[in-house]
Amino acid sequence: MAGDFTKKLDGRDEGKAALGWQIGKAHRKIDAVDRMRGQVRYADDLKLPGMLHCKIVRSPHAHANIVKIHSDAVLAMEGVHGVVTGKDFPTPYGVIPWTPDENALAVDKALHVGDGVAAIAAVDEDSANAAVRALQIDYEILPAYFDPEKALEGEQINPYARKGNLSKKVELEFGSVEKELEAAHLVIEDRYFFEGATHGAIEPHCAVANVEPNGVLTVWSATQVSHYLHRELAKVLDMPANRIRVIQPALGGAFGGKSEPFDLEFCVAKLALQTGRPVKCLYTREEVFYAHRGRHPMRMDYRTGFDKDGKILSVDAKTLIDGGAYSSFGLVTTYYSGQLLCAPYDFGAYRFNSKRVTTNKPACGPKRGHGSVQPRFAIECQIDKGAAALGIDPIELRRRNFIGDETQTINEFRIGSNGFLECLEKVEASSDWKERYGNMAFGKGLGVAGSTYISGTNYCIYPNEMPQAAVQISLDRSGRARIFSGANDIGQGSSTMLAVIASDEIGLELADIRVVAADSDLCPVDLGAYSSRITLMVGNACAEAAKTLRKTVVKHVAASWEVPPRQVNLVRGLAVDVEDPERSMSLAEAFVIAETEEGMLSAVGNFGTRTNRHGEYRGGTIGASPAYSFTAHVAEVEVDGETGVVTVVKVWVAHDCGRALSPKIVEGQMEGSVYMGFGEAIMEEHTINSDKGGVHNAPSLLDYRMPTFLDTPDIQSLIVEEADAQGPYGAKEAGEGPLHPIIPAISNAIYDAVGIRLNRTPFSPPAVLAALAERKEREAAGQLSAHKGGLR
Amino acid sequence: MLAQLMPARDKAPMPDALLLSMKVNGEDVEVAAPAHFTLLEVLRYKLDLIGSKQGCDKGDCGACTVQVDGKAKLSCLTLAAQANGREVRTVEGMTAAHLHPIQDCMDKEVAAQCGFCTPGILMAAEAYLSKVGRAVSREEVAEALAGNLCRCTGYVKIVDAIVGASEIMANTEQD
Repeated sequence: MAGDFTKKLDGRDEGKAALGWQIGKAHRKIDAVDRMRGQVRYADDLKLPGMLHCKIVRSPHAHANIVKIHSDAVLAMEGVHGVVTGKDFPTPYGVIPWTPDENALAVDKALHVGDGVAAIAAVDEDSANAAVRALQIDYEILPAYFDPEKALEGEQINPYARKGNLSKKVELEFGSVEKELEAAHLVIEDRYFFEGATHGAIEPHCAVANVEPNGVLTVWSATQVSHYLHRELAKVLDMPANRIRVIQPALGGAFGGKSEPFDLEFCVAKLALQTGRPVKCLYTREEVFYAHRGRHPMRMDYRTGFDKDGKILSVDAKTLIDGGAYSSFGLVTTYYSGQLLCAPYDFGAYRFNSKRVTTNKPACGPKRGHGSVQPRFAIECQIDKGAAALGIDPIELRRRNFIGDETQTINEFRIGSNGFLECLEKVEASSDWKERYGNMAFGKGLGVAGSTYISGTNYCIYPNEMPQAAVQISLDRSGRARIFSGANDIGQGSSTMLAVIASDEIGLELADIRVVAADSDLCPVDLGAYSSRITLMVGNACAEAAKTLRKTVVKHVAASWEVPPRQVNLVRGLAVDVEDPERSMSLAEAFVIAETEEGMLSAVGNFGTRTNRHGEYRGGTIGASPAYSFTAHVAEVEVDGETGVVTVVKVWVAHDCGRALSPKIVEGQMEGSVYMGFGEAIMEEHTINSDKGGVHNAPSLLDYRMPTFLDTPDIQSLIVEEADAQGPYGAKEAGEGPLHPIIPAISNAIYDAVGIRLNRTPFSPPAVLAALAERKEREAAGQLSAHKGGLR
Repeated sequence: MLAQLMPARDKAPMPDALLLSMKVNGEDVEVAAPAHFTLLEVLRYKLDLIGSKQGCDKGDCGACTVQVDGKAKLSCLTLAAQANGREVRTVEGMTAAHLHPIQDCMDKEVAAQCGFCTPGILMAAEAYLSKVGRAVSREEVAEALAGNLCRCTGYVKIVDAIVGASEIMANTEQD
């Protein structure tokens, strides 16, 4: 409860008020100015003497045996220094250790158009491209499967698979689903389809490798999970991890799209080892689309039972997941597609049956809101349909099903703080819902949806009992702190978050804090930027280290002033006597006193796996988190009945992030989430063309339509702070949760506007026009009355 | 050791190199580049001006936007030869003694998350605000920057920043 949290804060340190001078204030990011001046080096900005350029040769076929690769002719070409193929990487890997089913380059067969088959290093990009064009590869074309249902019946695609093309199946039941459905006053049954979508970070993947003079293989990569890359490099290259250094330079966006190793990292590493020269590989935009690992297409069949007051008695979910050619995080995706649905509403009974299937397409993986954005679309539309059928306001119906705080979900996940009711209140009031919902003119409407998300996955991808995050901080006589953290700042501001925490505790200005991040030779291990884990996990570790140093400095300053420690405060670059504010010294002077007494001023903090957060059943740990965020959205839309165009006019997003350590950054995460989900709802489709052999339908930033400045709706962010005892200063996640409700909120708003239910993304003009035509027919046949008197 | 590893074939073919002269961020520059090089390639590979970013190399994302004779141009779609004899401005040229007001407002609003689209947005915004020379509305900013994609921010804070900067710039000019 909130009570625990307050107590923890009050007791945290001598002489310090409940909340410090930095937590919750507006900050400029510590690295933004350098980025804005073009001074920061992203991976593609690195240039080493003698550097070669690598290009990867990719399969033009969706499924084909590799008969022969004629590398010798290419090796003889001017400027070409090395060629590697699948034979150079016999060891399979996979980000999930239970499913190692990919090779750095295809060994015997290519599994999708764009699968890497060979890699060439040459003196420059032009020479490498010429060699790519010249490389002859003989293929034997195999039948390809693009439809998951057909793939289940077909020949095995992935040579490492254990159950044919069934990549993963999960069935779990909590309570008696059928019995509760029978007892229900109302059962809503419908089918939903969520189309695939990709991340579209503006920076393409890029990696550089070099064998440094000390013999250590160094890989600079645009990755969001340096540690998993480090592990897989060691495995695939058959080198000890301590001979490999992984550095993540400034990163140009990720959204889950850089959260596992990719072929380019292995290729540049191997080619650097072979040639003795630095090697760089930069994906083309087309390659980024084929690398994918984005949102899985899901077909979802839902049955939801309500009592007459709108209480959700039972939810039955059956989900078919199109996984593409490799497992990626698919084991987790399959669990998440069911496990993350059990809040913020209390289900009387719940069952899910999810199947992930291998197909000859670019592999799907984690995209912002991994595995749970799709089922959230289904359940929030189901709830809206239930509310409409029962004549209950959809916000009121959601309130009635609120699961509460400090409780347990039906699948036995431990919920701490829960600000969902306040989220609903805020979006209800800000959107003028009570006045406007159901009362706007035909063609205009409001829709609501809610959601929850994890603040980090409670368990590491590979089982171990070591800390999941660690931070080391050192201070010295120059009046400066250095924070060493393995956490990947991918633009979300994690390095700034660490500096804010250290500043708040130690009293230094942000400008006097250096964050050294994501360099495996310099930083403690961190698992990386995924599952919205960094603020909670790394933030806790940082706070622990900073508090230790604070205590040390305070102790020695107090001794020098001959006052009790509680009388010393560290703030705004000074050590101050709180009883006698005239007496102060700079923190540089304070550190000199402390360093004189203690020697080097350094401390570490750790975040270990939390206990009692999960269910006691097989799979009950997957989806469990130390703390859960909650979100509610109201979307306002206008639907043009002539063109079928849906315009999202405004979105109100209320998000319970526990405590906003830096509110502007939190708002940025909320706005970016709304934007990204809006794109998936209205226009984005990551699809391949089965009539043209499995080529991508839109492998460019023109054809894959992403919202521009002009498309994006007005977004109003409403931060809700229900502090959670698990988070640093009460903080929970903000980076992924706020994406979830936007898609169903828009679908539900379209219903309010024109009376049609869109159960399939994206809500494109043809889909809208078809649904309007269908409604018109049913109205003409007397099956439906006119919606808001509108449709003619 | 490196020399031994670099045999004769390392001489990359540059059969059709051009000698280009342009003014880049106020300085006269002479540079030799293959005729097919884009302005982006010359900036990044020949002049080490890495601030301009390659997001798509096809003119779709706007991350490579620079100014040629004061107008915003996609440097990935501009042949270097087309910039011959012209004035080129990149993000590196934007900061003099102080941050440019657009940069300062972007920083204050936390309008750069990953920052990869930011140089292009700064170049497009500066070209636009210089052209109109007055405070602008949110709608005008959205229209002017529709060719620049950002995947992080949802554009909200970028618009906030540019509107704010346009007010500061308009006031400064009046003074």
